[in-house]
Amino acid sequence: MRYGVLLALLLALTPAASAEIRGYFALESRSYLENADYGQDNQQNSFVFEPEYYFEGESSLFTAQLFVREDSMDDERSHADIRELSWLYYSDDWELRLGISKVFWGVAESQHLVDIINQTDAVENVDGEDKLGQPMINLTLIRDWGNVDLFVLPYFRERTFTGVDGRFRAPLSIDDTLTSYASSEEERHIDTAIRWSSTLGDWDIGIGHFSGTSREPRFLLSPQNPQPVLAPHYTTIDQTSLDVQATIDSWLWKLELISNSGFDVDRYTAAVFGFEYSFYDIAESGIDIGWILEYQFDDRKEDYAGLPQLDTVVIGSRIAWNDEQSTELLIGAGINEIDNIFWNIEASRRIGDSWKLALEARIISGIDDSQLFESPLFSVRNDSFVQLNLAYYF
Amino acid sequence: MKYYLSALLLITAQMTSADPYAGMSPEEKGLAIANAADERTNGFIDSSANMRMILTNKYGQSSERELRVRAMEVANDGDKSMTIFDTPADVKGTALLTFSHKVKDDDQWLYLPAVKRVKRMSSSNKSGPFMGSEFSFEDMGSQEVEKYTWKYLRDETIADKDAYVLERVPVNKRSGYTRQILWTYKNELYPIKIDFYDRKKSLLKTLTFNDYKQYKNKFWRAHDMNMVNHQTGKKTQLLWSDISYENDFKDSDFTKNSLKRLR
Repeated sequence: MRYGVLLALLLALTPAASAEIRGYFALESRSYLENADYGQDNQQNSFVFEPEYYFEGESSLFTAQLFVREDSMDDERSHADIRELSWLYYSDDWELRLGISKVFWGVAESQHLVDIINQTDAVENVDGEDKLGQPMINLTLIRDWGNVDLFVLPYFRERTFTGVDGRFRAPLSIDDTLTSYASSEEERHIDTAIRWSSTLGDWDIGIGHFSGTSREPRFLLSPQNPQPVLAPHYTTIDQTSLDVQATIDSWLWKLELISNSGFDVDRYTAAVFGFEYSFYDIAESGIDIGWILEYQFDDRKEDYAGLPQLDTVVIGSRIAWNDEQSTELLIGAGINEIDNIFWNIEASRRIGDSWKLALEARIISGIDDSQLFESPLFSVRNDSFVQLNLAYYF
Repeated sequence: MKYYLSALLLITAQMTSADPYAGMSPEEKGLAIANAADERTNGFIDSSANMRMILTNKYGQSSERELRVRAMEVANDGDKSMTIFDTPADVKGTALLTFSHKVKDDDQWLYLPAVKRVKRMSSSNKSGPFMGSEFSFEDMGSQEVEKYTWKYLRDETIADKDAYVLERVPVNKRSGYTRQILWTYKNELYPIKIDFYDRKKSLLKTLTFNDYKQYKNKFWRAHDMNMVNHQTGKKTQLLWSDISYENDFKDSDFTKNSLKRLR
């Protein structure tokens, strides 16, 4: 019902000449391959609706995008979010964006280290690629020597967490009503960010700095009955980042580097670097095969959440059939220092003009029972799943 | 009076029949014709068009894609172009920015609306299919004279009009073709037909250009292009509409930033 009102509002805005509605509905079915540690179910079904409305004016663009998921297993995963509600004005040498929006920074495939403007919608997927809409004022200055983006982020979005009935949960439940902040302004702390980006021949370079509330929380143990819970705590950080891609022939060379510090965290450095190399139109079949190799480095012993931090090598292959149905397959494996393997398989194919079928599998293997304190994947070791997603695009 | 008129006609006829390519080798003549044809496409400043792509398989089943293409001329280099994908619905909002170059590889960026990410792409894919069609990336890319070595083969008459038959060999070693045979009218200098020969030197595809209209008293544009693959029996038809010139496009309309705001 509450979504119905939003949709009605969205539809009421439709019939302008340069306006359009688009988006998709999807049905998703996930099957977990092993029994969970805390008695959660093995079958998770959900429904997703993501409509987008836009209105184009003279040198301006209004965009609204809503996201809704109803989930059969996890109340926390049933959620709605305003992904976008923004007004953009653009001229030849500057742009101004006001409202809720999403910004992507970075170049790597296996990890998005420098991408910090938006909070991760962590209940959506384990890859961290789904983001919550972020309120912002974003001024872009377009110059011959590159673009400068200035951000004022007046309101902080808390990360979403899997509920007690969901998979990919921690041993203790997370209670976000107990959320605390290092800053006395809490979620109203005004975060700021600046980024310079430019293309120099084959090189695409970005240098950014973010000052504000960490998107990643740490967890404080809060004594409760019958058992303690985890309370998210957001520190205040400064993060400087560099992202570079060199596009040379069929090679894409990639680097993302961050240096992060805060008044209650030690400065640390993390990086992800590697390459993607593609063979195109193999044996005149039209098929492309790309090879991805990335190395994830972090100089901490533990991450914010207190999980052991291990370097990881990611090897992957991307196959595109380039057929009428745009059939694609991505297979990757992330192998850490103690040989835990995180397999990732994503395949998709269009059916007719408006439907798309996608298969996704995340398989966690190589973790033995002795690695309780050693493996960052220990609590999710039984959460391997295979998922089918059927979407209708309009 | 009648005498003067026929004398005038005679002089005009002699002038047009004077061969500007006399004494040239077939290679020199081929290049000269290609340059003359290229000259006719220069000075367009910018253009915009809608494209409907109809893909038909060997069983006659077809599917469609809709695109919008905007281009801007760049002095002494290839053009800048923006391709916006409207259908199929799942790729709606995807956009491709290309800075084409005469000899070196093009620069390309792809915008993925679902993740709001602009990705720099390798442009070394020449022979692979564009959107699952019978057109490859090199067929869709900007047609610069410098991308081929040229040779004049012979004259032919097509639909009662005089035409040149040229052979062109792609310079880029990643090209999917060993050679192309191109038919072009002598007067208008626009292409009528191209035969494409694959790496094994056998006939792969034929592209025919139909429904030409002239814009701004200069630029001839085919509104119907038909690519037939002789080896697979598949074909792709491109139907162009809403072609317009001098849209007052600016450099700022062809940037990584503008990719993100195209709708």
